[in-house]
Order: sequence, then C-alpha cells, then structure tokens
Amino acid sequence: MPPVMDAERMGRTLTRIAHEILERNRGANEIAFVGVRTRGVPIAKRLAARIKEIAGVQVPTGALDITLYRDDLMRHAVGPQPLVRSTEIAFSIDDTKILLVDDVLYTGRTVRAALDALIDFGRPQSIQLVVLVDRGHRELPIKADYVGKNLPTSRQQSVQVRLEEIDGQDEVVIEGS
Amino acid sequence: MTTDAPATRIGDDEGRGSAGPPAGLHVKHLLGIADLSPDDITLILDTADAMKEVGTRAIKKVPALRGKTVVNLFFEPSTRTRTSFEIAEKRLSADTLNIAASTSSVTKGETLADTVLNLEAMSPDMIVLRHAASGACHLLSRICRSRIINAGDGMHEHPTQALLDAFTIRERKRRIAGLKVAIVGDLLHSRVLRSNLLLLPKMGAQVWVSGPATLIPPGIERFGVRATWRIEEAVEGADVIMMLRIQRERMKGHFFPSAREYFKIFGLTAARARLAKPDAIIMHPGPMNRGVEIASEVADGPYSVILEQVANGVAVRMAVLYLLAGEVATEAMPA
Repeated sequence: MPPVMDAERMGRTLTRIAHEILERNRGANEIAFVGVRTRGVPIAKRLAARIKEIAGVQVPTGALDITLYRDDLMRHAVGPQPLVRSTEIAFSIDDTKILLVDDVLYTGRTVRAALDALIDFGRPQSIQLVVLVDRGHRELPIKADYVGKNLPTSRQQSVQVRLEEIDGQDEVVIEGS
Repeated sequence: MTTDAPATRIGDDEGRGSAGPPAGLHVKHLLGIADLSPDDITLILDTADAMKEVGTRAIKKVPALRGKTVVNLFFEPSTRTRTSFEIAEKRLSADTLNIAASTSSVTKGETLADTVLNLEAMSPDMIVLRHAASGACHLLSRICRSRIINAGDGMHEHPTQALLDAFTIRERKRRIAGLKVAIVGDLLHSRVLRSNLLLLPKMGAQVWVSGPATLIPPGIERFGVRATWRIEEAVEGADVIMMLRIQRERMKGHFFPSAREYFKIFGLTAARARLAKPDAIIMHPGPMNRGVEIASEVADGPYSVILEQVANGVAVRMAVLYLLAGEVATEAMPA
C-alpha cells in the first residue's frame, strides 16, 4: 500500500499546524511543547523549530514517558512489562499552556495517561493536544485540538508513523487489511 | 477489542511509538544474581535510570504498582535496605507492610514457612525477604505464590546491593566492561561480595579481591577474579574501590588480632587510595566501621560515592519491583 503521507506532505502539514498553534494561542508566549515518547518527541521538536522560524520565539520542549501511567500495566498474566524510558521536562509547567504532542491518536488511552502524568508535574494553565494522525476508534472522551490528517481505519489495520530522527525517513503508512 | 497480546496493546494502538517494546526479565523472582543474564542486568539498570528521574520530581510518585501489596519481611536488622525498599514501593504507589521478626510470632517459635504461608493467605503480591539463613529465599520461592525478592540471605547473596553498585559504577564511569574493580574486606562472610563477584565479571569487569588470608574464601579464583592479601596490589590502578565491612556478628572465630591492626594493614587510607587511578571512585555498601576498614577522610572525601549508592538503591529497587510485578493469583501453585 502506498504511504498515506510522504516526507514533503508531512513537512507541509507540520508547518500548517505550527501556524494554527500560533493563531489559536495568539502568539508563542506562555506555550510549551511536551512530546509523548517516543515519536511525539521529534514531532514536538520540529514544531518548536518551525515556530522559531515563523515567530522568532524558542518554545521550551520536553519529553514525557507515560509507561508508568498506563492503564494496562499489571493487568495481564505473568509477562514482560513495557520498557520505561526517561521523562525530561526541564521547565516548570505551572501556568503554562502545554501542547501535548503525539504521532497517532487512536483509543485515547495514551493521552489519558499523559494527562495524569502532566498533572503530577504541576498545574498547567491549559493542555492542548496535537497529533499527526487521528485514526478514529476512540475509547475515551478525548479529542485532538490540532490534527495533521484524519485517517479512517479499521481495527485490524495499524498506522505506522516513521520519522527521519528515529526510522531514517518520513512517512505514514497503513498496514494490515 | 483487538486480540493482540495485552502487553503490546497500547504500543500498537497509538502507532507503535508511544510506549517502549515489552521488556522482560527471564526470572519470576529475584533470588540472586546467579539467575540473571547480562541482558537482564542491563534491563534493570536501564529501567533504574528512568526510575531515578521520578525521585527528582515534586510529586515523587507514579501509579505503576497501585493496588499491589508488598511485604517487607526482615529477620535481620537493616537501615538502608529496608527503608530503601519501602521508599521504592511507595514511589510506585504500592501498599507496603513492614514486618520485623523481633515483633512477630517468630518469637513464639513460628517457622519461616508458616509465617509466610499465613501471610500469603492475605494475598500479598510480593515479599521482600531478609533472613540469616542462606537459601531462605529459594525455600520460599518453592512454597509461595508471591514474587520473592532477596534482600540478603545469610552469607549467600544480596542481589539488589550488587545491582545498585553496578548502577553507581555505570553512572559514574559510563560503562562496566573493562574496568578494574578492587573489593577489599571481610570476603568470607559477605553476601554483598558474592553477588558482586557474580555480577561484575558477567558484565565484563576485571575484579581483584583482597583481605587477610583468614578472610579470603579458598577457591575464590573460580569466580574469575584475582585474589591477593596485599591491598596495595588490588588497589593499584583501580577504577573502582569497594570496601566491605568486617562482619563481626557472623564471625565464629578470631580472624585477625585487632581492629587497629586490621586498619593498619588492610584499611583504605588516603595514601592507599592514591594508588588507584586519579578518577577512581570509592564505594561501601554500609554500614561503615570508620577507622577499621576505611579512614573517615576517604569515606567523606570527594571520590567517595557512598551516599550516591544509597540514593541509587531506591531507583534500582523501583526497577526490580516494576519488572517483577504482574498478575500472580491466576497461576497454578508451583510443584
């Protein structure tokens, strides 16, 4: 199946999202990006870079690992736990407008975990959700504020976002029937 | 609902990127370093890295072990290990129970097995055991459903101590392989030593041990280490110097004439410490006998990482608890 999004399209999409963020937040003051590990982090960094180009402001960017907040830990029979990676948020999130960034929005459980994690770090002024792909099938009442592309999928399919920083190239593909 | 294996569900959900791949230890209990492969050890240390960050937050708590009950069953006195496990458990939101043998029915003659089986009837998820008899944890693992974590059994092993030692070394030196590690002190009675002797060569370090001839177990070279009763030879050019306490409470004979003479020949003085590499780190599992195995100025000096070891102990124990936790009750009793 051909990729749903190639590198050029991804670039234009991120640029558009960066402009939307600036529009809705009336500039780049008081905002900060927090990327959900793993692929939310490079996307957050790219958005911060674009905002620097457009508005000349360096928006603080952090990385959040939500593994320890997942709702499916310890609920399965003896088996491996997901690998925990580190969280790095080097700035205070109090009274900040946090832009939570992830690659794919599906059931919404990852975002729920990320919200719980962020609340433990402080009290943001607000949290907005940025996703590159929304593939539907929400299981929780979660909605993205900024969406790169809406991609209706069936449950049997999976959406793979590949990024230059991690996978060596930029593309979004759908796998499975 | 998808039919994916639950452990990978959220990862697949959100496009494979949001959570790391499932990572597993190849053991059900932590009875000793002997059962761990180098990959297991690396996994524990990597997880401890992430756990250490939790201790730097304003709210030092994550919900990972919420609703799990962990019993700390200590038959021997402990400051560091017990409080370290307790803090680790609480940081993971587990419910903790501390049982000290001296205040339990063990004083009325109840056996270890009975004590634990009675506790198990109340369904703890994990038991952290420290006991004076070597092999106590292995015994429990055969009769219990709960996960057993060895917090020190007799003279056998103290695996979480060796793991936090390895974490400290790796954090300071960026690696373990290829380092020269000198371990000096009461080698005969030390379970910390045995766990370290199993771990360090497994991870590629070159280990030298030293102490009075009376305290060097015969055949120790079989662990793949060099033994010498000259501390200077062990310490020379070392990247890491680990001092062990003289375990008076386990000694059933006279192993050296006096504490002062021990210090004169085997104590880590500043002069002896200078024989090591200029950036060598000084370690001690604690508690220290100042002026017996180590001089105060060295213990409190700039190369000492003794207090870092204690801080790292919490992170490492959080990693062990997290990696071993999982549904227990649905399994069949072990044969």
